[in-house]
Amino acid sequence: MTQNPYLWIIPILPLAGAAINGFFGRQSSKRAITLIALFFCGAAFAMALFVAAGFSSASAPYYCDLAHWLRSGSFQVDFSFYLDQLSLVMLLVVTGVGFLIHIYSVGYMWDDDGYYRFMAYLNLFMFFMLTLVLAKNYLVMFIGWEGVGLASYLLIGFWFIKDSAAAAGKKAFIVNRIGDFGFLIALFLMIKHFGSLDFTRVFSAVQTMPTETAGVGLLTAIGLLLMVGAAGKSAQIPLYVWLPDAMEGPTPVSALIHAATMVTAGVYMVARSHAIFERAPTALTVVAIIGTLTALFAATIGIAQTDIKKVLAYSTVSQLGYMFMACGVGAFSAGIFHLMTHAFFKGLLFLAAGSVIHGVGGEQDMRKMGGLRVYMPWTFMTMGIATLAIAGIPPFAGFWSKDEILWKAANASWVYWVIGVATAFITSFYMFRLMYMTFGGEYRGAPVEAAHGDDAHGHDDHAAGHGHGHGDPHESPWVMLGPLVVLAFLSVVGGFVGYGHHFEHFLAPVFEQGAEVAQETSSAAEKITEYLLMGISISVAGLGWLLAYLLYSRRPELPARIAARLGGLYEAVVHKYYIDEIYAALFVKPLVEGSATILWHGIDQGGIDAAVNDSATAARHVSDNVRHMQSGNLRSYAGWVAAGAAVVIGYMVWMGVR
Amino acid sequence: MVPLSYYLMLSGILFVCGVLGFLIKRNIITIFMSIELMLNGVNLSFVAFAARWHALSGQVFVFFVMVVAAAEAAVGLAIIIAVYRTRETLNVDRVDLLKL
Repeated sequence: MTQNPYLWIIPILPLAGAAINGFFGRQSSKRAITLIALFFCGAAFAMALFVAAGFSSASAPYYCDLAHWLRSGSFQVDFSFYLDQLSLVMLLVVTGVGFLIHIYSVGYMWDDDGYYRFMAYLNLFMFFMLTLVLAKNYLVMFIGWEGVGLASYLLIGFWFIKDSAAAAGKKAFIVNRIGDFGFLIALFLMIKHFGSLDFTRVFSAVQTMPTETAGVGLLTAIGLLLMVGAAGKSAQIPLYVWLPDAMEGPTPVSALIHAATMVTAGVYMVARSHAIFERAPTALTVVAIIGTLTALFAATIGIAQTDIKKVLAYSTVSQLGYMFMACGVGAFSAGIFHLMTHAFFKGLLFLAAGSVIHGVGGEQDMRKMGGLRVYMPWTFMTMGIATLAIAGIPPFAGFWSKDEILWKAANASWVYWVIGVATAFITSFYMFRLMYMTFGGEYRGAPVEAAHGDDAHGHDDHAAGHGHGHGDPHESPWVMLGPLVVLAFLSVVGGFVGYGHHFEHFLAPVFEQGAEVAQETSSAAEKITEYLLMGISISVAGLGWLLAYLLYSRRPELPARIAARLGGLYEAVVHKYYIDEIYAALFVKPLVEGSATILWHGIDQGGIDAAVNDSATAARHVSDNVRHMQSGNLRSYAGWVAAGAAVVIGYMVWMGVR
Repeated sequence: MVPLSYYLMLSGILFVCGVLGFLIKRNIITIFMSIELMLNGVNLSFVAFAARWHALSGQVFVFFVMVVAAAEAAVGLAIIIAVYRTRETLNVDRVDLLKL
């Protein structure tokens, strides 16, 4: 453990930006707002780079105790930060991708009335995310955890005038609360049984616990509860329902929060708690099963979506499933590797989708796009790279990380591997379907100006296109394309850090067992198997591409016929398996109606209100009668005095006689 | 020797007369006189007890009461004159400025 006095500066910088823009942004010029937002976010990135440059594996992990917080007997929690290889990776991803998306947002949100608000929220999000990533104990992590939930709520409901956006914000917040509840209970269990929330102390307490005793049940409970929290934040079954709705937010938000950073917090938390999960095999299996199922389930929904952002949202859920699958089979470093590459290519996909939406004047329905490669060559190229990356085509980033996960999964159980490969096939299919529908063929949408006039506010809202006099879709300005290009570059080369297990070795000090796994792979037979599995996953990705090409480029009339043939199944997929409806019927409706009849009309109106109102009425009736005593007549007062004296005297006499 | 109970009976009768006069009469002067009657009823019981128990303090107390009553009479009559000057009546039922 080495002290590093600079750590606390990294999260504080964006907080300062958020405060300045939040308090004074309404009066400042857009130029000043931009300058402040970008400066503080960029400074955090620069600071992260500075810290990374001074990082050496020999002296890691670093820590920074900022201030005392809670001191109660032997239990203590401090505001302290912690940096090891794992948080360094997260730190660079969050600040780096976050900074790029800040730049992009300048172009995307420039004409919005709430520009200052948006920039302040983005900075606020960065602060909480960095707090989450750099925390040294679970409670500081929880601050960040709740804070990113808040920022997510604020940004999903950014256009709160739209009912659907406000509702989506609420849905995200409420579903996340369910997960947070599990997380909190896990923290309480830790306090009760380990007397600390500090990572190092909890983990060393876990390690010294004898496996045979009751500790196993305790650790399983903690693990499962942590997974509930992770499932809420990272949109896993059964709490994934908020993420697709979260697409109501502005597209940069979808890219930053709901693809690249916040939703991966659950994966980070599970990886951070690996010491607990490794000693709770049952919990770990549950993580793997949830991840695998989510990956497949969400991918199948993605096939039939027509909203470009919804496709990407389900794709995100599915990719997060991969990460949990990796964690579940004990390959934490593979999960974090995929988290990093996913942040690059999925952030890029969303930003490119935002560029497309921007270009066609607010339209999000892919059926009204098409042929955009001519109008938006840069967007087309960068999004193409991201698609190749997510589909797992070598040598792009996604191939390396996904293949790593599938290889680790195959070592654990062939079931995970089969489902993982099936998901890879579906992923490749729906991503190339998106590409062909958006960029291939002829432009099917209305002229852009008309679209602006009709429903620019009905869809992902921005008005930057207003100034363009022509009716064709147009390429986005360079302030938006720049981040696309940088992320595209990262999507190409980002995977190579995994070549020769470099990434795994780098993270090995965090996940001690990682080093051993890497050495095991050296035997010749296993090498052959690894290459065989790799070949299968590549060809599966190719097959998905081929199928998408056949259905959406060569024979565009075919998908409708297939859909008609499938009938009910297709309907179910289009309606997301009616999960929202089922949740509404199972949980929301009983809760709302139960609250209305029992809590509202019954207890609140019938019990509490009635008690208050009735006592008030009773007091009034009593006063109505008693006020006649105060007639204002002097002699009646004298009479009362005399009567009172008589009563007192009578009482005393009676007492004396007795 | 007159028994103590006779004094006390007379004292009680005087006091009750004062109370009844205070409650029934409307003229403020009469009310004032009723108060004096009550005071003197009490004074009578004081001196009766003092004589009965040969204790001087009861008699001394009566002098105090008389002094206070004299002072009170002066102040009270001044108030009555002031009331009469402003309201031109001595009927207490009409002196009801504090009534809502």
